[in-house]
Formats: sequence, structure tokens, C-alpha cells
Amino acid sequence: MYDVIIIGGGVVGCALARELSRYNLHLALLEKEVEVGFGTSKTNSGIIHAGHHSSAGTLKGKFEWAGNQMWDDLAKDLKFGFRRIGELLIARQTEDLQYLQDLKKQGESRGVTGLELWDPKRLQKEEPNLSHTILQALHAPTAGVINPYEACFGLIECACQNGVELFCAHPVQSIKAVESGFLIHTQQQDFQSRIVLNVAGVYADRVAAMVGADNFKISPRKGEEYMLDRRLQGIVTHLIFPTPTATSKGVLIIPTVDGPIMVGPTAEDVDDREDFTTSFSGAAKVFASVQEYCPAISDRDTITEFAGLRAVADSNDFVIEGSSVRGFYNIAGIQSPGLTAAPAIATYVTEMLRADGIALTEKERWKADIDGPPRFSQMTPTERKAAILEDPAYGRIVCRCESVTEAEVLYAIQHGARTLDGVKFRVRAGMGRCQGGFCTTRIMDLLVQHLDVPLTTISKRGQGSEVCIPRRDQILAEDEV
Amino acid sequence: MKEIKNMTCIGCPMSCPLQLTIVDGEIEEITGYSCKKGEEYARQEYTAPRRMVSTTVACSGGLWPRVPVKTAESIPKETVLAVVRELHRYKVKAPVQVGQIILENVAGTGVAVVATRSLPGSKSEGQETI
Amino acid sequence: MNNPLKKQYDVVIVGGGPAGLAAALGARKSGAENILIIEREVEAGGILNQCIHSGFGLHYFKEELTGPEYAERFVAHALSENITMLTDSYVIDISPALQVAVLSGRHGYLNVQARAVVLAMGCRERTRGAIRTPGFRPAGVMTAGLAQKMVNMKGVLPGRKIAILGSGDIGLIMARRLALEGCEVVSVYEIFPYSNGLTRNVVQCLDDFDIPLQLSATVAFIHGRDRVNRLTIAPVDAQRLPDLNKSWDVDCDTLLFSIGLIPENELSTKLRLHMDPATGGPQVNSTLETSLPGVFACGNVLHVHDIVDFVSEESLRAGQFAADLALGRRRPGDNIALQKGANIASCVPHSLSPDREQVIYLRVKQPMKNCILSIGDRYQKKFRMLIPAEMIRLTLAPEVLDRYFGDNLKIEVRPQEVE
Ligand SMILES: Cc1cc2nc3c(=O)[nH]c(=O)nc-3n(C[C@H](O)[C@H](O)[C@H](O)COP(=O)(O)OP(=O)(O)OC[C@H]3O[C@@H](n4cnc5c(N)ncnc54)[C@H](O)[C@@H]3O)c2cc1C
Ligand SMILES: Cc1cc2nc3c(=O)[nH]c(=O)nc-3n(C[C@H](O)[C@H](O)[C@H](O)COP(=O)(O)OP(=O)(O)OC[C@H]3O[C@@H](n4cnc5c(N)ncnc54)[C@H](O)[C@@H]3O)c2cc1C
Ligand code: SF4
Repeated sequence: MYDVIIIGGGVVGCALARELSRYNLHLALLEKEVEVGFGTSKTNSGIIHAGHHSSAGTLKGKFEWAGNQMWDDLAKDLKFGFRRIGELLIARQTEDLQYLQDLKKQGESRGVTGLELWDPKRLQKEEPNLSHTILQALHAPTAGVINPYEACFGLIECACQNGVELFCAHPVQSIKAVESGFLIHTQQQDFQSRIVLNVAGVYADRVAAMVGADNFKISPRKGEEYMLDRRLQGIVTHLIFPTPTATSKGVLIIPTVDGPIMVGPTAEDVDDREDFTTSFSGAAKVFASVQEYCPAISDRDTITEFAGLRAVADSNDFVIEGSSVRGFYNIAGIQSPGLTAAPAIATYVTEMLRADGIALTEKERWKADIDGPPRFSQMTPTERKAAILEDPAYGRIVCRCESVTEAEVLYAIQHGARTLDGVKFRVRAGMGRCQGGFCTTRIMDLLVQHLDVPLTTISKRGQGSEVCIPRRDQILAEDEV
Repeated sequence: MKEIKNMTCIGCPMSCPLQLTIVDGEIEEITGYSCKKGEEYARQEYTAPRRMVSTTVACSGGLWPRVPVKTAESIPKETVLAVVRELHRYKVKAPVQVGQIILENVAGTGVAVVATRSLPGSKSEGQETI
Repeated sequence: MNNPLKKQYDVVIVGGGPAGLAAALGARKSGAENILIIEREVEAGGILNQCIHSGFGLHYFKEELTGPEYAERFVAHALSENITMLTDSYVIDISPALQVAVLSGRHGYLNVQARAVVLAMGCRERTRGAIRTPGFRPAGVMTAGLAQKMVNMKGVLPGRKIAILGSGDIGLIMARRLALEGCEVVSVYEIFPYSNGLTRNVVQCLDDFDIPLQLSATVAFIHGRDRVNRLTIAPVDAQRLPDLNKSWDVDCDTLLFSIGLIPENELSTKLRLHMDPATGGPQVNSTLETSLPGVFACGNVLHVHDIVDFVSEESLRAGQFAADLALGRRRPGDNIALQKGANIASCVPHSLSPDREQVIYLRVKQPMKNCILSIGDRYQKKFRMLIPAEMIRLTLAPEVLDRYFGDNLKIEVRPQEVE
């Protein structure tokens, strides 16, 4: 019997797991994918929004700024990259100027610091590659960037180190309200818990419907993103936001935390909750809009692309509340700025549980930080020498594009990576411009060696996505035995 | 009986489209080539097409799980699949030397199959590298 | 360990593929004493180790070999010449003063000082991202070269029912390879109206196995969330844009990309060498020296070759020139910059010297029948057919060049005038 079970290991679920792990509770997190963060939390822009974007009076507005201020500590404790590179919201038409004014006021009224209007001269000095016809820009120095999946891995590792039990590849199939709480059925096994937190992203309404607590609907809204070659690194140094128009929120230029530039996202309502597809039309939209204000960016520089689904609730705001079913909580409709807001949502939900009479006594020993993955590419030559001396596996480069060593891949495997994507998103192996052309077989070999499984069971991201199959004669030979 | 057969010459980048007129199984005329090589190719390819075959054979105890092999000479085209099938059922043990005969008279072709690389029994016996 | 590592070498070669091996032999031939090859794999030979088909060595050895055989001959020759080969070792950095930083599985972090460096890192494959194929991102999508490594070296298959995008030689060779392994190869799709591979490969790799080649067609969408299960194929127009209204679907579980190779120039960019956008490799003079004195380049890292024999020939020279420089025999500089004229896509080297025979490698932009290639006004050569997929090698006698200097030498390919 668990005290609390969290359904959904996105950034919100992971943040909740870590937050609740401070207390003497028996906790578990159930995630349907092979890794945490492999839902929407992996496929987004990675922006920690500045705090002034979301409207007052909404939960989005409430948590955007609150969340923003929590990321410095998180990044330090959980050892992931976070840079407050600042945002520039640009006005290209005279109508846009008012919007900049309004947003500045909105931010200031909520305490967002450093907001400043820049004239074209200042803008050109700081961002010479932007179009010279921009009239004005609103600079928000509090905006930052992270790798959202690294945040998920860091949060969950910290949570697990403080006692949370993690069950990946455990899709919840049904939930029954029983006297003592809930009986949760997954493909592999059943769980019992007094309290259930439903943080299932685009599936949150379906999960809520399992106990009849679905007083909201989720519709997926797809966003496509395009990652550009390192060659374009530095073309802009701030996040660039165009002023939204009536028809479009506009396409952003995102200098990612590791340096490469990303452009996107699109916004398109779709029916299918598994529609992670990119399209010709999406790419056309992205590059056409970006070129309007940064002509040097072209689609020829794409090295990879992906799409993510925002979970949009019918209220168009976050849904964070207890439900008609006692002990079942919905944390749903967490669309943008959900990544930014996640840590603030976690503390809010914790307080909500306390207010509902759940006993929260702090653990005597709670460890806020983790060691974090080693990063060979960021070591100095002296550090590198020392690392190799201690562990020769640092002397073997596995991924040449991102300079990832065997030691780092082994770290990923020791910390739960079972798939190519698991390794890739933990330690970046396979993420560079060759997109795994060189390192795929090496990573597969290391997985085989350390998990002691046949090569043909290694998958991209879980069962059904195996990378290779046995030779026919091998199958025949095994049949004969 | 008269029939027309089309081929593409592989002699050079011109890729001349060749046309063979066949009467009762015999070549009556070859057209379309721009040089003699093309005519010879068409004749050979029609009367007795031959192919080199390369594939791999399972190999235990080596640096890699398979050792690459080839037919020592070209074999009749129609025997290619039979040759490969026979080889894929075959197993050898490391060490293997390049040029070593893996299988004589593969699939009754009279042609031997040889290893196309050396596969040391363990890493240490490999290339003399440091 | 009969060959302990030294702190300093006359010539250090980055990459132990056919280019690196030939460069080492060239350096030895020119009298260099201490030569070091650094190779990141556990064995030398480069990409040849996975190219088990025959078709190598017709020019160089005058016999047709498979890739591994060709590699093994070179490795044996290099070892017999007492060239030091450091394998399982990765060059991570080269300083402008020619300090080479190496990460080695066995020796840890090393620095060696070179008098001359030869870059021979080969190339890598273009991926799905480079042509932005829409759709899902499932397993079962990989480059043809990766599939080749899996099949030929790891002994596993990429899938059962295979489609291939791109009709370059690697794609064609893999079509046959997989057909021989009992896979069903549904089709090869090529966005251009002509195949980018040798006719010999189209005939022997596709026609022999009844594998269709669809020209002017591309993959417009990849279906399947976890594993490929279907592709949408669309014909393309003259601008090579897909016409989605005329598209059709094909069932398969694997899609291989064979859409070209790009020189592996991480180190060259770090060194800030002047690059040639047409080849993707560094600019070199007639001694194959890059814009940084003492750094030479050859093989696929300089420009992607079709046949290894040319790689060996070029790299032998690069090694010789590198040794000459290391031993203090500096040659007079080039005084002619080669200008690309009509229908020339790329040419290497980028400058010439009239004081010895010059070797030029080039590719045309468009296929052209019955044409004349001219260099200045003293060199002309007729060709029945030139295609972009086939690299052309020319040698120029010094007399052809002695009237030129600066940038007035032009190379071009024009249709032959009809008599
Ligand atoms: C294109 C795009 C760009 C964005 N950019 C930003 C940005 O820059 N900044 C920002 O702040 N926000 C951004 N967002 C929003 C942000 O990504 C989301 O708000 C955030 O990731 C939501 O996290 P989550 O944990 O609620 O959802 P998810 O990450 O989707 O997590 C839900 C999890 O529940 C699991 N699950 C579902 N059903 C079940 C089941 N039955 N059993 C078990 N597990 C289940 C899923 O597999 C998933 O892992 C963006 C969103 C998109 C789509
Ligand atoms: C799939 C395929 C099929 C082919 N088929 C034919 C054919 O039928 N006939 C023919 O004549 N030619 C063929 N070729 C062409 C020929 O094989 C190549 O042109 C030739 O191998 C290129 O030689 P290279 O030494 O430049 O590159 P490679 O063979 O790629 O060697 C480069 C070496 O450098 C190493 N390296 C790279 N970076 C570093 C670093 N930082 N530190 C240390 N080592 C490093 C690599 O590990 C590699 O071993 C084919 C090529 C391919 C890819
Ligand atoms: S017939 Fe002659 S010219 Fe034509 S393709 Fe054959 S070899 Fe070339």
C-alpha cells in the first residue's frame, strides 16, 4: 500500500515526486514509456519563461513567475545546464508596440525584474543578425534555457534517492476506487494507494475517466521544432519571440542550452494523441516565419526535427485540483509554460494535500542534490587526464560529434538507461550532427555487455522499437535446436 | 521464334542501351553499343552470365562474429542464391587467414570460397598495433 | 609492444583508413623516419572493413579485391615498413603548433608533437535530418552505412522488408546485400531523374534481384510510432519538390538512407582551416597542404571519392609532401589559382604549380554527353560521357601551365561542337 502514487513521469510528475520525497510518505511513480520525460516533457522548446507572458488571473500566470525563480537552485542541485540568456520580444509593426508596453506592465506588476524596452540601435548592437526593420524589443533577462529531459532525469534520480519507487514501462490501464483508496491496474502488476495524483499529460482526461473524475477534456496541440547545425551557433544570443498575431503565436529562435540553435514551434490542433509527426507544411511555416526577422536562417541547416503535443484543457488553463472522487487529484492541462511552472506546481500541490489533511512530516535526512552525470566534453585537459587515470573508460570516445566517452555511457546505463534514446537523452551520445551514424553500434555493444542481453533486443525506446533483428539462418538454427 | 532483349552496358558511364535480337535462342543481332566492349558484354551476359559473390560466414571465437568471404572466381549467375544459402548454413572457427579456403566446390559450382580477411582468434593476435 | 610511443614524430597521420595507410607509406618513401598513424577503431582499414563486396583495387593492384582484402594488403605493407599504428585512439585536438592531443583506450590522454600532420579522417553519411523527411521518428530508419556495418560486421539485419532512399553506390550495394540475406527489398527511390550509382551496380545489385528503381521520387512521410510500418512515396517535380497529390504508400519495416557522404571535418573546423563549400573539405594547394602550414589532407576528408584506388594514389602523394616538409625540403609555393568554369562542380587542389606534373580531381555539375574538358588553352580532353557521380582524374604536364599565373587559369567542360 502506497500513500501516494503519481501517474505520469513528465516534468510535473517528476517534480512532484521529488517534492513529496521530502516527507515520510510511501511513494511510487508509474510511467507508461520506458523512461521518464518521454512524453511532452522531452519534446518542447526548453524555455524557462521570463515570468511576464501568461495573463494575470490564470493559473498559468500564477505559476510562470513562481516557477521561473526556482530553477537556479534546481539546476545547481540536480547538475543540469541552465542559462538565463534573456528573451527579446520584437515588435515589427506599430500595432505591436502597445503589446510590448502591456506585457512590460503585466510583468512588473507581478515582480518580474529587469524588463527593458530596447530601441533598434541597442537591438542591432546586441543582435546584429536580426532584421533591421524591427521597431522595438522588450528585453526580459529572467528568461532561460534548459534541456528539459535532463531536468526530468535529475528530478527523478533525486526523488528515487530519497525513497520514491519508479516504475517505467508501466502504463496504467484501469483504476478502481476502493475503501482504503485506489486499486491501480497496469499491464505488469497492480498497485494500491491512498492517494492518486493524475499527471498523465495528454492522457490526463483518459486517466481521470478511469475513476469518473474527468470534468475536463484534453485536446492535443502539436508543435514542430527544427534543430540546426552547430554552424549557426551564436547567430542570436537571446531567445527571440515575435509579437503574436491574431492567427499565430509566432515562431521562436531558441539558442539551446548546449549552444545549437532551434527554431519552432508550430501550433496545430490534432486529433491523435500519438501524432509526433513533423510535416512539410510545418517546416515551411517555421522557416518562412523565422526568415521574416532573421534572414540568415534556412531550412538547409536542419540536422534533426521533432514534434511534441501540448495538453490543452477545455478551460485553456492548468487544471490543478482535487476531484469529485476523494483522494484523486488532477494536475492536467499543463500546456506551456508548464515546464517553467513545474516546480511551483509541485509545491502548490503539496500544500493542497496538506490542506486536505494529509500528514506531511519531513524526513530527517533528505538529500536535495545528486552527483549528476559526468561531462567529459566540459572538462579541462587536466581534469580529463585525471578522469582517465581513474577510469580508462574516459579514454574511449563513443560519440564523436558530442565528445561523449564510454564512461559516460556506462553511467547512463548504471542510472537506468535501457535503450538508445535513454542513453542519448541522458548523456547526449548520438545527438550531434551525424545523428548516431558512428556511435549507434558502439552504444548497442555497451548495452549488450552491461545488461547481458542479445543485441537484437536493444531498442530505440522500448519494446516494438528494436534496432535490428536476427539473421534468418540464426532463426532457422535456433528453430532446429 | 524471334524475341528482343534489352540490357544496359556496364562497361563505362555511357551506359549504352543494348538491344539483342534473339532467334530460336541464338543471338542474331546486337545494337546500341558505342564500342566493342558493349557488344562483348551483351554476348557474354546473354549466353553465360557470371557473378562474383561476396557474403559472410559465421565464425566463432574471433574479433567479429562473422568473417567475410567471396567466391574465388565468378560463378554462373543462376547459382548465386544456392551458393549464398549453402554459405549461410556454414560455420568456421577463428583464427582465419585471408585467402584461406573456407569451402571447396560451393553448391556444386566447382568454385571455392575464400576468406577475404584475417580474423585473429583474439584481439591480441591482431594487427601489430600499439 | 615492440614500438613504444615517442614524444615527437616527423609525420602524424589522423585516421588509419586507406588514406592514412597510403599517406604513411608515402611519407616513408620520401624518407621520413618516425611515422605515427592514429586510428580510433580497434583495427586499421577504415570503412573498407565493412565493404565486403568486390570492386576495389582495379587501378592500384590491377586486380579486383574486396574492401577487407584491399585494407589488409595496405596494413601489412605499413607494418612491414615499421610504421607505428596506434589504434583504439582518438585524436581530439590539433594545435596550430602541431601538438596532437589523443585519447587512447590503452594509453590514456597523450600529446604528441608532429613536424607535419596528415588529416585522413574519412567521411560520414548524411542523415534523415539533412533532407528533412517528415513523419514519425521510429526505429528502422538508419543510414545505409550503419546497416552495412550491422550486417557485415555484427551479423544482424536491420529489418525484413526494406526500402532504400538514394541510389548512390552504397544504397545499391546494400540492396543486393540484404536481398542475399533473405530480406525483401521493396524498392530504391531516387530524387534525381538519374541514378547516382555506377551502372554496373544498378544492373548487378538491382536488376539481378528484380528490385525496382524509382527515379524522380522521394519519401514524403515515414509512418509508424515505434517501428516503421509504411512510407508515403511522392514523385518530385523539376525543382525536386514532392507532389503529394500523386503520392502512394508502401509497406515496409525499414528505411535506409543513402543520400550522400560529407567529409569528417570536426578537427579541420576546430583548426580554422579554409574550407571549400563545394567539396565540404579543406582547401589545399598542389602539395595537398591546407591553409595551415604543415597540415595536409587526403582521401575522403578532403573530398569524397568514389573509388579507393584514387584515395590511395592521392594519399601517397600527400604523405610524400608531408615528409618533404617535415624533413625541411620545402617546395616553392603555387602561383596559379585554379578557377572553376562551366559545368565544374568541384576540383582539387585549389592551386597549381608549374614546376612538376600536377594531378587534378574534379566532378561535373550536370551529366553531359560528348563534351570537351579544357584547362586554359593548352589542354583539352574529349569525353563521351561525364556524370556527377564519377570523379575524374587528370594529370597535367608542366608545359601546359607555364604561361599562367594568378587567377587566369580556368577549367571547364563544354559540349563538343558538332562537325
Ligand atoms: C512544442 C512544445 C513546446 C513547448 N515549449 C515550452 C517551453 O519552452 N517552456 C515551457 O515552460 N513549456 C513548454 N511547453 C509545455 C511543456 O512541455 C509542458 O507543459 C510540460 O512538459 C508538461 O509536463 P507534464 O508532466 O504535465 O506532461 P508530460 O511530459 O506529457 O508527462 C505526462 C506523462 O504521463 C505519461 N502517461 C500518460 N498516460 C499514462 C498512463 N495511462 N499510465 C502511465 N503513464 C502515463 C506519459 O507517458 C508522460 O510521460 C511546450 C510544449 C510543446 C508541445
Ligand atoms: C559503403 C561504401 C562503399 C564503397 N564501395 C567502394 C567500391 O566498391 N570500390 C571502391 O573503389 N571504393 C568504394 N568506396 C570508397 C572507398 O572505400 C573510400 O573512398 C575510402 O575508404 C576512403 O578512405 P579514407 O581513408 O579517406 O576514409 P575511411 O576509410 O573512412 O577512413 C578514415 C579513418 O579515420 C578514422 N578517424 C576519423 N576520425 C578520427 C580521429 N579523430 N582520430 C582517429 N581516427 C579517426 C576512422 O575511424 C577511419 O578508420 C566505398 C565507400 C563506402 C563508404
Ligand atoms: S558500349 Fe562501350 S561506350 Fe557504351 S557503355 Fe558499353 S563500354 Fe561504354
